[in-house]
Amino acid sequence: MSLPEILIIWPGSPVLSLIIEFVIAILLLYLARGPAHKAIYSLSAIIHSGLRLMARSVLLGEKRLVERNREVILATGARAAERLIEREFYRVDAVVKRDMSGYPALQHKLGDQIAHIDEDYRESTEVPVPSPDWVKAVDTLAKLPSKGDSWIANILGEIHKTAQAQYKNTMEEYRKAVSVRHSLLEKMMPYWRRLSQTLDQVDKTIIGLHERSKVIDNRMAEYEEIRNQSDKAVRMLTSSAMTQFFIAALVLLIAIGGAVINFNLIALPMSEMVGGGSYIGNFKTSNIAALVIILVEVAMGLYLMESLRITHLFPVIGHMDDKMRTRMIWVTFSILLILAGVESALAFMRDRIAADMQALRHALATVETAQPVSSWIPTVGQMVMGFILPFALTFVAIPLESFVQSSRTVFGSAVAGLLRLIGFGLRLLGNMVRYIGEFLVNIYDLLIFPPLWLENLIRNKEQHTEVSDIIVKEEV
Amino acid sequence: MKKLIALGLLSLLLLVSGCPDTTSHSQGVYMLLDSSGTYKKEIKRAQAIINYLLGTLQPGDSFAVARIDSASFSEKDIIAKMTFDRRPSMTNQQKRLFKQKVDEFVAKVKGSAYTDITGGVLQAVEYLNETGAGRKHILIFSDLKEDLVKGQVRDFPIPVSECKVVALNVTKLRTDNIDPREYYKRVDQWKERVEAGGGHWRVINDLERLESILAD
Repeated sequence: MSLPEILIIWPGSPVLSLIIEFVIAILLLYLARGPAHKAIYSLSAIIHSGLRLMARSVLLGEKRLVERNREVILATGARAAERLIEREFYRVDAVVKRDMSGYPALQHKLGDQIAHIDEDYRESTEVPVPSPDWVKAVDTLAKLPSKGDSWIANILGEIHKTAQAQYKNTMEEYRKAVSVRHSLLEKMMPYWRRLSQTLDQVDKTIIGLHERSKVIDNRMAEYEEIRNQSDKAVRMLTSSAMTQFFIAALVLLIAIGGAVINFNLIALPMSEMVGGGSYIGNFKTSNIAALVIILVEVAMGLYLMESLRITHLFPVIGHMDDKMRTRMIWVTFSILLILAGVESALAFMRDRIAADMQALRHALATVETAQPVSSWIPTVGQMVMGFILPFALTFVAIPLESFVQSSRTVFGSAVAGLLRLIGFGLRLLGNMVRYIGEFLVNIYDLLIFPPLWLENLIRNKEQHTEVSDIIVKEEV
Repeated sequence: MKKLIALGLLSLLLLVSGCPDTTSHSQGVYMLLDSSGTYKKEIKRAQAIINYLLGTLQPGDSFAVARIDSASFSEKDIIAKMTFDRRPSMTNQQKRLFKQKVDEFVAKVKGSAYTDITGGVLQAVEYLNETGAGRKHILIFSDLKEDLVKGQVRDFPIPVSECKVVALNVTKLRTDNIDPREYYKRVDQWKERVEAGGGHWRVINDLERLESILAD
C-alpha cells in the first residue's frame, strides 16, 4: 500500500479525505495544546539555559584570561621598568665613579688655585701713601712768611725743597708698588681661568646627574603606576606590546627574506656535497642540508646574543658566571665565523657551478646566443654575501625576543576578544531559541485557531450569562 | 622534561635513519630515433629535442638514445646511455659527452631498410627497468609506420606498465594524405598497444612545446 492510499479515508474522494484528516488533526492538536505548549516551552528553556550557561562559562573564562593577561602584562612591564631603572642607576654610578672619584683631587686642585689667588691678592694690596698730616705740616712750614728775613727764607726754602724731593720719592715708590701690584694681578688671571674651567666641569657633571635623576624620576613614576596596577599602566603596556609585536614581526619577515637568499646561495653547492638526486621524504637532501646550516647559524646567533646578555631568552645562559659566559661567547662566535667561511666557499662554488651550467646550456642551444660577460664582481659579491649573512642573521635574536614576549600579550588579548565574541554569540543564540519557542507556540495556536475561536466564544457566552445572573440577583 | 626531550630526539633520529625514503625520485628517459629512409631527414629535429632533454634532466636521472632500425631489440642500437652522477659538476661533464656522441651519430647516420619500432620499445622497457627510475618515459621520434623484416614476430602486447610513452613528431606520410584515416588508424593502434601493456600514451607533434614532454 502506497502512502497516498493510506491518507485516503474516503474512497474515491481524496479532497474529502484530506478535509476530514485536517479536521481530525486540528482536533488532536487542540486536545494536545497544553502539553504541546509545555513541551515547546521546556525545549526552548533547556536550550536557552544551556546556551546561557555556556555563554556564562565562556565569559568567565574570558574574564580569567583578561585577569591573567593583566597580571602577565604588569609583571613583564615591572620587570622591564626595573631593568631600565637599574640601567639608569648603573649609568649614574658610572658618572659618579668617573667624575666624583676624582673629587678629592679636584678639591685639592681648587684649594691650590684659591691659595695661589689669595697669596697673589695679599701681595697686590695697596702700599700706604705718605701720611697726609706730615705733608700738611711741612706745607704749612714752607708757606710761613719770611718777613724779609733771609735766614728764615732760606730755611723755609730748604724745607720746601726737601718736601718736594720727599714727595717725588714717595710718588715714585708708590708708582712702583702699583706696577708690581698690577703685575701680580695679571698673574692671577690664569688661575682665575683655570678655576672657572674646573667649576664649569663640575657644573656639567652636576647637570648630567640632574638630567639622569629626572629620567630616573620618570621611570620611577612609571614603575609606581605599574606597581599600583593602574588601568593607565595596563593600557600603556598593552599598546607598547602591540607596537613591539608588529615591529618585531616586520623585522622577522625581513630576516626570513635574508634567510631565503642565504638558502638560495648554498642550496645548489650543497648538492655537490650531499648529491643532487638524494631525497629525505619529498625534499632534496641538499635543500635540507642548506636549511640545517642556516638554522644552526640562527641558533648560534641566539646563543651569542644570550651570552652577550643582549637577549634573555635562555635563563640558563644568563645565569652563567662571567668566565663561562665569555667562553661561550668565543665558542659561538668561532662557530659562526667557521660557518660564515663555509658559506662564503659555498657561494664561490655556486658561482662556478652556475657558470658551468650556463656554458652547457649555451652548448646545447641550437641557436647562437650572446656570451655572458665574465666578471669577478658577482663572484666576490656572492662570497661577501655568504660571509655577511650568517652574522646578519645573528641579530634575529633581538626581534625574536620582542616577538615572543609581545606575542603573549597580543595573543592573550586576541583570545580574550574571541571568547567575548563567542560568549556574545551564545547569549544571542540562547535568546533567539527562547523567542523561537514563543513563536512556535503562537504558530501552534494559529494552526488550531477554529477550536480556539469556538472555545473563546463559548467562554464569553458563559461569562456573559454568569454576569447577567449576578446582576439579576443583585437587582432582586 | 629531560626524558621527554631525549625521547623526542630519539624519535627524530629513528625517523631520519630508520625509515629511509624508498621512493625513487629520479626519472629515466629512453628516446628512440627512427632512422628509416623516409624519416632520416627529421633527425636534426630529434637532435634539438635531445639537447633540450639534456638541459632539463637532473643529477641522478638516466637518459638513453637509441636508433630504430631493422632489428631494434638490441643494445647495439643504443647510441648513448648514461645515468647522471649525483654531483651537478660531474653531471654537466657527462651531458657534454652525451651530446658529443649524439652529434657524431647525427653526422654519420645511415638510413635503415626496415623499421622495428616494437623491438626498440621492448629494449627501452628493459633499460628503464634496470635503472630503477621512479618515472619512466619512452619517447618515440617516428612516423609510427612499422615495417618489419619478414619472419619477425612483434604482434604481442608490449609490457610498458608504469611507462609514459610519448610519440614525437608523428609526420603524415604521402599515403596519409590520400586517406587520412590511415594516419589516425596508425596512431590509434599504437595507443591501444601501449595502453593494453599498462602504459600511458601521448602524442606531441608541436615541437615548440617541448616542456610538456616530461610533464606528468
